[in-house]
This record gives sequence, C-alpha cells and structure tokens, in this order.
Amino acid sequence: MRKLPLVLTAAGLAAAAPAVATAADLTVSVELPRIASASYHRPYVAVWIEKPDQSTAQTLAVWYQQTRNNEGDGKDWLKDLRTWWRKGGRAMTMPADGVSGPTKAPGRHSVTVPGARLRNLPAGQYNIVVEAARELGGREVVRVPFRWGAANTGAGTGATELGAVRVAVTR
Amino acid sequence: MKKTLAFLTPALALAAVLAAPLSAQAHRAWLAPTSTVLSGNDAWVGFDAGMSNGVFIPDHAAMRLAGLTITAPDGSTAQAENVHQAKYRSSFDLHLSQPGTYRVANVGSGFMASYKQGGEQKRWRGAEADFPGALPADATDVEAVRTDSRTETFVTLGEPTDLTPTGKGLELAPVTHPNDLAAGEAATFKLLKDGQPAAGVDVTIARGGTRYRNNPEEITVKTGADGAFSVTWPEAGLYWLGASVRTAGVNGQPGSNASWNGALEVLP
Repeated sequence: MRKLPLVLTAAGLAAAAPAVATAADLTVSVELPRIASASYHRPYVAVWIEKPDQSTAQTLAVWYQQTRNNEGDGKDWLKDLRTWWRKGGRAMTMPADGVSGPTKAPGRHSVTVPGARLRNLPAGQYNIVVEAARELGGREVVRVPFRWGAANTGAGTGATELGAVRVAVTR
Repeated sequence: MKKTLAFLTPALALAAVLAAPLSAQAHRAWLAPTSTVLSGNDAWVGFDAGMSNGVFIPDHAAMRLAGLTITAPDGSTAQAENVHQAKYRSSFDLHLSQPGTYRVANVGSGFMASYKQGGEQKRWRGAEADFPGALPADATDVEAVRTDSRTETFVTLGEPTDLTPTGKGLELAPVTHPNDLAAGEAATFKLLKDGQPAAGVDVTIARGGTRYRNNPEEITVKTGADGAFSVTWPEAGLYWLGASVRTAGVNGQPGSNASWNGALEVLP
C-alpha cells in the first residue's frame, strides 16, 4: 500500500515530462509608437499565443481602460480588439488576474510570462499575436512565430498602430 | 391590364394577383442593426427597418413593426425601446442586459385568396379560419395561399449562444454563428421551411453600401438537399440575405408563400 503513492508520483512525473519548457520563461516586448494626433488615446492591446490553426492557446495580456467614465465602461470597447475578441477574448471574464492591466503610454513595454503559467502548453511552433486598437485611430495585428520548448527569439514589426514586437523564450 | 390577364392561364393569373400585394416586397425588406458584436456588462443597439431597392438605404417605405419579436439569450422575450416610425424607416433600440445572442425579427403571417366572380378576378384577405366561408357563394376558380415572412438579424453581447429555430415559415438555422463572421472566411447556414430543410432555394446575398459603388456585387447561392448553403465573405460589411419559397396549392388546399430576409454583419 505504501508503494502506491510513489507509483502515482512517478506516473505524474511521466505525464509532466513533455512540458520540459516549464523551466523557460516567455517574454514579449511590444512597442507602441508615438502617434501625432490631436485626439490621441492610448490603444487597447491584447497579446496572446496562437496555435498553428489560428485558434488561441492562451491570452497573455490585455491592456484596456479599467474604469468607467462618462462614455461608458472600459469593457465596452474590448470588442474593438476584433481578432482577439473573436478568437477567445469574448469567452474570458475581465479583469483577469495576471493578464489584464491598464492601457500603456507610447514606448516599449514587456510582458514576461513565467514558465509556470505556461505549463500546459505543449512544446511546438506557435505565434505570438499582438493586436492594438485605438479610439479614433486604427487597428493592427502583428504575428511573430516562435518555438516553445527551447530557447529562441523572434521579431516582427507593425506599420501603423504597433512598432517592433520581439519574442524571447529564455533558458 | 385586364386584357393581359385574360390571356394568362389561371395559375399565372394567380401568381400575378398574389404578387400584387407583395409588390412592396419587390422592394427588399431589411432590419439593420447599428452593431452586432458587443462587449461589456450591458450594451445598447439601435435598429432601422425599411423596404427599399438599395439594401439598407431608407428611400422607399418604413417597415411596420407589428410583428416585432425579440428573443433574449435565455429564451425570454425582450422589449424594444424608443420605437419610432419615420417616413422611410422605422427604428428602435434594444438594451442588451444579458450575455449571449439576441434574435431580433419582424414576423408576419397572413392568408389570402383569389377567385372569380362573374368573370371578374377578385382577391380576399383575412384569417384562415374564415376561409372559404367569407368568400361569395358564387366564387369560382378559388386559389388560396398562406404567407409567412420573417425579417431578422442577430446581435450578441459577449460570447455567442445557440439559436433555436422557431419551426414556422422560412428561417435561418446557423451552422456558423451569425455573429461570428469575418471577411475572407466561409460561413454555412441552413434554410428551414416550417422546421424542415428547404432544398434547392436561391439565396440572394448583397452587401450594403451600393450607393457608393457601381457594381451591386450580388451573390446567389442555392441550398443543397439538407437546406444548407455556404458563402465566403468577399469583404467586411453589412450583408442582406433574402430567400423565398412558393408552394402551389393542391386539391383545394392553400399554397404557401414564405420569405426570409436577414442582415448579417461581417467584420474585418
């Protein structure tokens, strides 16, 4: 009887074995360009991991207006992150712990996801998708391929609403 | 006109007569939402409804909203607010207070008959229960038809939810959810007539905004044996879809004339 737990533990380790990547961290760096506009509003931004079939593996970050103002609640415009909304955002509850945060000013921002949060992500090829949508502005989606399971980097860039997007799997 | 009719076979004459009250529907009926995909705890959507040649262009007649039926995601009936009938369009608001998909439809049904009395072609409209008693005793060449029309659209707050067919008249049964449409992607729907697949029916698909381009860019697809049809959306926009099914009466039984018109939004 005493051996049984040990056996179970071994099985558990075996099941966890493919997720060697738990040791790794994923960092996404997003550049929000400075846009000359008389009516500039910080963009809504979503960052997520996309599977090869374009379905969503996991949302990593959503930056949106956290408060209600006289125009409405910040969540009213989450749908303007159209691709993210359709590919999984609409199934989430906001705010989401460790995912949602306030909008960011122009400049470079990093999203670091500890490997522990991605422990269910099988090793393989994915895209990081960054989508930005701005009030009285445009919308842009940038995809950066990366590999989960070994250290590697990837980079892409937007043309209008997004600047450089860099992805790094470390360790 | 009477002379022309005299040359027509009775069946054609009936078709002509039955087409007459529907001539307003030679203009397309549409119910257009201000938006279809919404987020937040609650949301408001406005709707315009009219009949016109250019879809979603209010330039002919407002739609009477006597049959407006709004079904909330939980199956309950929701109420339109700020209902107003203008010259060329009717409009109303809907407060989306629960997550899921709302079906917004203007539904009509009727019964009419054509007959001859003393050689003169006449028409009667009324309740089916009054037929044929309400017709003159000396009426001949009686042909009757049931009409069902459904003009509808769909709006979703949060995650889309399933839609249950009503089983009456001609209607759209989603395979692809009507609020999950994107440019460049294919969508499939089924057309049902009284709950059964409507096979071999032409569906007209027209993107709004025809005033600002020269080519109407209409698409016509035919439903298969299972009532299904597919379309790959060429670009984003609000699309009008229309189909109708006419069934001739047999052995004194009324025929049927069912039409469905929908507005579906395709996002970039």
